[in-house]
Amino acid sequence: MSAEPYDLAVIGAGAAGLAGAVHAAGQGLSVALLDDAAQAGGQFFRHPAPALKAGRPQALHHHWSAFRELRSRLAASAVDHLTGHHVWTVTRDGDLPWAVHALTGADGEEQRPVCIRARALLLATGAYERQLPFPGWTLPGVVSAGGVQAMLKSGLVLPGRRIVVAGSGPLLLAAASSLATAGARVPLVAEAAGYLGYARHPGALAANPGKLAEGALHAKVLARHRVRLSTRSAVTEVHGTDRVEAVTVRRLDRDWRPLPGTGRRIACDALAVGHGLVPRIELATALGCATRQAPDGTSVLVLDDRQQTSVPGLWAAGETGGIGGWQLAAVEGELAALAVAHRLSGRPAPARVRELRRRRDRMRRFAEAMGAAHRPGPGWTHWLQDGTEVCRCEEVTAGSIREAVAELGARDARTVKLLTRAGMGWCQGRMCGAAVACLAAGGGGAAASEERRPFAVPVPLGTLAALDEPN
Amino acid sequence: MSTTDSSDVIVIGAGVVGAACAYYAARHGLSVTVLDRGAVAGGTTGAGEGNLLVSDKEPGPELELALISLALWRELSEALPPEIEYEPKGGLVVASAPEGLPALRKLAAGQRAAGVKAEEIPPERLPGLEPHLAPGLAGGVHYPQDAQVQPALAAAHLLRASGARLRLGEEVTGFLKGASGELKGVRTSKGALHAPYVVNAAGAWGGELARLAGATLPLLPRRGFVLVTEPLPQLVRHKVYSAEYVADVASGSAELQTSAVVEGTPAGPVLIGASREQVGFDRSLSTAALRRLAAQAVALFPVLARVRAMRTYAGFRPYLPDHLPAIGHDPTVPGLLHACGHEGAGIGLAPATGLVIARLVTGDKPPLDPGPFGPGRFAGASGTSGTSGRASTPR
Repeated sequence: MSAEPYDLAVIGAGAAGLAGAVHAAGQGLSVALLDDAAQAGGQFFRHPAPALKAGRPQALHHHWSAFRELRSRLAASAVDHLTGHHVWTVTRDGDLPWAVHALTGADGEEQRPVCIRARALLLATGAYERQLPFPGWTLPGVVSAGGVQAMLKSGLVLPGRRIVVAGSGPLLLAAASSLATAGARVPLVAEAAGYLGYARHPGALAANPGKLAEGALHAKVLARHRVRLSTRSAVTEVHGTDRVEAVTVRRLDRDWRPLPGTGRRIACDALAVGHGLVPRIELATALGCATRQAPDGTSVLVLDDRQQTSVPGLWAAGETGGIGGWQLAAVEGELAALAVAHRLSGRPAPARVRELRRRRDRMRRFAEAMGAAHRPGPGWTHWLQDGTEVCRCEEVTAGSIREAVAELGARDARTVKLLTRAGMGWCQGRMCGAAVACLAAGGGGAAASEERRPFAVPVPLGTLAALDEPN
Repeated sequence: MSTTDSSDVIVIGAGVVGAACAYYAARHGLSVTVLDRGAVAGGTTGAGEGNLLVSDKEPGPELELALISLALWRELSEALPPEIEYEPKGGLVVASAPEGLPALRKLAAGQRAAGVKAEEIPPERLPGLEPHLAPGLAGGVHYPQDAQVQPALAAAHLLRASGARLRLGEEVTGFLKGASGELKGVRTSKGALHAPYVVNAAGAWGGELARLAGATLPLLPRRGFVLVTEPLPQLVRHKVYSAEYVADVASGSAELQTSAVVEGTPAGPVLIGASREQVGFDRSLSTAALRRLAAQAVALFPVLARVRAMRTYAGFRPYLPDHLPAIGHDPTVPGLLHACGHEGAGIGLAPATGLVIARLVTGDKPPLDPGPFGPGRFAGASGTSGTSGRASTPR
């Protein structure tokens, strides 16, 4: 049935996967690069489809040249770039090569299953956004901060005219800055953390001057557009009947508990909210890869010095090993590529490995300091009212989750799911998982959710039924 | 220590069987403490489909237990809130080819003699019962007593209704024994609990727990995958499966076997399961198992081919060599009772198991002869003393 397996299959064509693929090809490996999207770039380097004929996609990116270089190296390489491939699971039978099962083609009749075989696997599946619910968050006009970035980068549209930005993390400043530049009025950026957390890691900061410059650049844009930044504040309620009309912003204590009497109402027609990112690691956890809780509260893959997971033959790079941004992802992708080449060929590892490791470690330290500063405080659950929907797919409220914990004996996201259906719907808990895990743990904070999702995307039964027998 | 550390019965395991033991023990006037190292329904119960079946059981002690149990579930459906999603929807077993019919007929005749309602359905009447069934099936048997519950919610509401003290996240680390070896209670990660009777309702981990108490139970896990589809309007009305399922249930083979039970749920998704294979406590995805489940479901209901599976989950069904549960006093450790090893039938058999356990503790007459389920039945077989080498495989 199958041709010769690839040396390496890379899943995800963002910064980590692109770097991994081109550098592995540079080492002489045969490489397949699989990605959902029609073009490379992932979330960070999302850009308008060619059909939109955007004049200057780079206007939205401060690092466009880095991406352009990776993209042209990809085009010049022998990498098989498989676009529009939705990987739903990865399996391995004994010592046989990995089997990467994907769906490709449009939904419905044209969709067909594909199985890619490879001797080594690099997981570069990136991240999705962490959502913390609050009253009114399901109203039209409430969008995610990352969603705003994606909309601006790919469709060049604004979600509203007067947009409050709220949540926690560096993405808020980036989103506010993009919105203001694109012509929206941004009355306020409400940051739940205090930013003081960074000061505890002066070493990590000083070693990453680039990050400081990036922050300063956003600050300059925000100042020019007269955007106000309030730290230790959060949008704790959204008002409106058919769509967003206003939000209530409250001051928070150190644990993110709203301070009484501090509420003020701000009129707006949209709210962009973000609480950082959650690594997308379900393909790895389905294989039993070890995980750890990162300082930002998310569950991330445990990786060795050369980006290999606890499962031999499976490497990971970028956000899957902890949220850290595209530059770190690109370094890790290259490092993983060299490690795979070293393993498969037996040739000595190039001297560059040491340099890459040094840069990785430096950026990781910074990312972890930042993650710790923006980790949700345990008091955030006080934003929730009993009637607040937590799981949007199955319409499960905070009250029923609390009841499942207090009255029915749930203790974790899985048993909350079994007793309330929270997380059983279309998104399979990607949206509500972080919040449910916190509520299940009986309090706030950021309990990491250890959910297993053996299907990374839904699979038609007819496709499953037609899978090849092993061998 | 507080004064609440003693009760009449300690039940170890907050799955559906432990919940039923607690419920019936409490209704017999006993004070009960339920312990679990995890959450309610966090083990095999949470990975089950909620099958309450008589259709898949051959005449014999298990069928007798199932008939009592299904009658108890009917009672419970009135005593417990509607959230348990009790649905007396009936089962439909179909034979795809004429060669399968004689065995199915023979089974149904035996079941009828044991008190099961079973009506043969000629092929032309199948679409009336299940409009989306594949054309050309040879016929089937309708079992109106088969039913379904949502297993996790059923266990949670049974436990809540029992009024038992619930101690979750507390693992049993040892047993307290008196001078002559009789049980006095358990030691846990959080202290000691006293009771003259301890019930082992630890499901797939019951073999390990028995060993911790100084007893032997040759319990093994059998892995089962269930496929869950996207939510659909009602498409499947009964619990539908092919006649081959019965053969799988009775099998002792270690090979992967599948005969998909297909059923709708009140929330919309269709459940397809479960496969059966002996691989220890290994949760890793088996595409072979999923392929066969999906293929069988599509063969029964061709309309499912385009329907998407949203997720799949694996559970470990605890089984004993003769495929009967262990229900009753341990032959060597006085005060220890076992209520585990129900394989894929634990949800269905839970109430009758709980009732038998309660009666054995109080000394009342059990609702049936518990002899065939006696945990002592393995004592003589020297070959089984090596018991749970596999059951102790770490997760």
